[in-house]
Amino acid sequence: MIAPFMTRASDRGAMVFLGLLIAVAVLVPALNLLVPPSSPFHVPTYLVALLGKYLCYALLALSIDLIWGYCGILSLGHGAFFALGGYAMGMYLMRQIGTRGVYAHPTLPDFMVFLNWPELPVYWYGFQHFPYAMLMVLLVPGVLAFVFGWFAFRSRVTGVYLSIITQALTFALMLGFFRNNFGFGGNNGLTDFKDILGFNVQAQGTRAALFVASCAALALGFLICRVVVTSKFGKVLIAIRDAEARTRFLGYRVESYKLFVFTLSACMAGVAGALYVPQVGIINPSEFAPANSIEAVIWVAVGGRGTLTGAVLGAVLVNYAKTFFTTGALAPYWLFVLGSLFVAVTLLMPRGIVGTLQHWWNERKDRRAANGGPVALTDPQPAE
Amino acid sequence: MDVRTTSALLYLDGVTVSFDGFRALNKLSLAVEPGEMRAIIGPNGAGKTTMMDVITGKTRPDGGDVYFEGMFDLSRLDETEIAELGIGRKFQKPTVFEMHTVEDNLRLALKADRRARATLVWRDSAAERARIDQILETIRLTALRGRVAGALSHGQKQWLEIGMLLAQDPKLLLVDEPVAGMTDAETHQTAGLLKEINRERTVVVVEHDMAFVRELGVKVTVLHEGSAIAEGSIDQVSSNERVIEVYLGR
Repeated sequence: MIAPFMTRASDRGAMVFLGLLIAVAVLVPALNLLVPPSSPFHVPTYLVALLGKYLCYALLALSIDLIWGYCGILSLGHGAFFALGGYAMGMYLMRQIGTRGVYAHPTLPDFMVFLNWPELPVYWYGFQHFPYAMLMVLLVPGVLAFVFGWFAFRSRVTGVYLSIITQALTFALMLGFFRNNFGFGGNNGLTDFKDILGFNVQAQGTRAALFVASCAALALGFLICRVVVTSKFGKVLIAIRDAEARTRFLGYRVESYKLFVFTLSACMAGVAGALYVPQVGIINPSEFAPANSIEAVIWVAVGGRGTLTGAVLGAVLVNYAKTFFTTGALAPYWLFVLGSLFVAVTLLMPRGIVGTLQHWWNERKDRRAANGGPVALTDPQPAE
Repeated sequence: MDVRTTSALLYLDGVTVSFDGFRALNKLSLAVEPGEMRAIIGPNGAGKTTMMDVITGKTRPDGGDVYFEGMFDLSRLDETEIAELGIGRKFQKPTVFEMHTVEDNLRLALKADRRARATLVWRDSAAERARIDQILETIRLTALRGRVAGALSHGQKQWLEIGMLLAQDPKLLLVDEPVAGMTDAETHQTAGLLKEINRERTVVVVEHDMAFVRELGVKVTVLHEGSAIAEGSIDQVSSNERVIEVYLGR
């Protein structure tokens, strides 16, 4: 009796979320492009880019929620997949510069000319084509996640050990990308972009289009996650999260499930990174920094893991707070705010914002359904 | 291919498992015939749970043979493959999916294609819904089908787990201490439930509770320090001197 009603309620939540996202996707560009700057309703272009950045972070948070919230895989290195997607997009944008670079070389990006490289490395081939670059945005994070997950899940690396090796993965990539001879611009990374698909990346219209694309990517990511978690596959994921050994004894091949969802999540993170780069105008190895990945996990924890909408809300709220604190007189205190936010959420609201609301709502529903008899809902006990 | 050498459904011969020199199982031999219900008793540390671990693939034996249906060498397979062969296991501590509803717990256990790509596009069939209804009746949880499993009482969780075993439709059920922490009435009902299940399936029950084993009225194997020391009816084994010594102290 209760179960179908609850699913319907969360369906309504999903519809509200998508409705809001569409409204934002229409309103923000409209208020930016159509309303004159003198009007109080005008949305300045810098704000469009800033909100677009939040949406990319939200997609990254969504990808983390899918594996952490539903399957219990705490990746502390998801920033790596985000950054790899970003680099793939950055390589496309670099190849679009052409002769407009400082050294005006027709094929070589500036940093390669500077380093006296005679020709383009093989792995840069093809990136001048947009479809190829977009394929790489999905493929590079996806293949890395698949290979990494294949070894990790098959050897049954779980819990904190898995978190540590994901952290090591992103750290190793950071060190690699910092090196000049890696061929990705060393510590300067890739920047000074000019065009995307022939449009100036700095132009107001391009920024609005990128914003709409980010909304669309987030909506698509959300829908994919919803389809996955509401299917029987999603029920198996939750079963793995709560009692992995039991799931195995039921005959489910746990590693295949983890591998699929981890790879899917990495591809989503890659898309988020690819949309992020043209909006912020640079990608460099600091995106691989372990702290970035941990921060993304905090967004999910704040919003409420295992809720999807919570991940998005958490990413937007925490990043808004970050913008607010780091642009004013309070800038030196941002890290303290972030730290205390995480401590406060862990101690006072372990379910996160959306998780707490959902829990409260369901309890009320249950109580009404049981005619006043309160239902003791215990937290899941992890199985051995 | 291996030749069927035994009529037994489950056949253990000279199985040894050591943990850091401690022999949890010491040349354990046991044969369970198809359709049989067997009770395994023994004091703490006798190796009952290790035996379950070996049969279900959680622990690999250091030596000896473990065969299912006379042809499947269980010591070479992992948990998933063994579960697919038709061996279901109930844990000592009730282990259900606490965040799922009672109904979804059964749905996950229901015999079906377990592969990831199959579950992604899964739709319940009418036959499956009927089977779930039927199991809910058997385990007496129909009224609580929409309840989150974590909110069930201890005894109800034990039953739900037995129901999940039934849904798996296994040939062999391994049941580890099914009545631990149950009231007398629940214990009695559980004995009835297991007997009902035994009509169609082979069951191995590991239990401490002598009254419960007596109520089951089946062949008993007594384990001590990793080996079987006696086998027979409950009256036979409880009059066995070696068993009395082990159980009651010297």
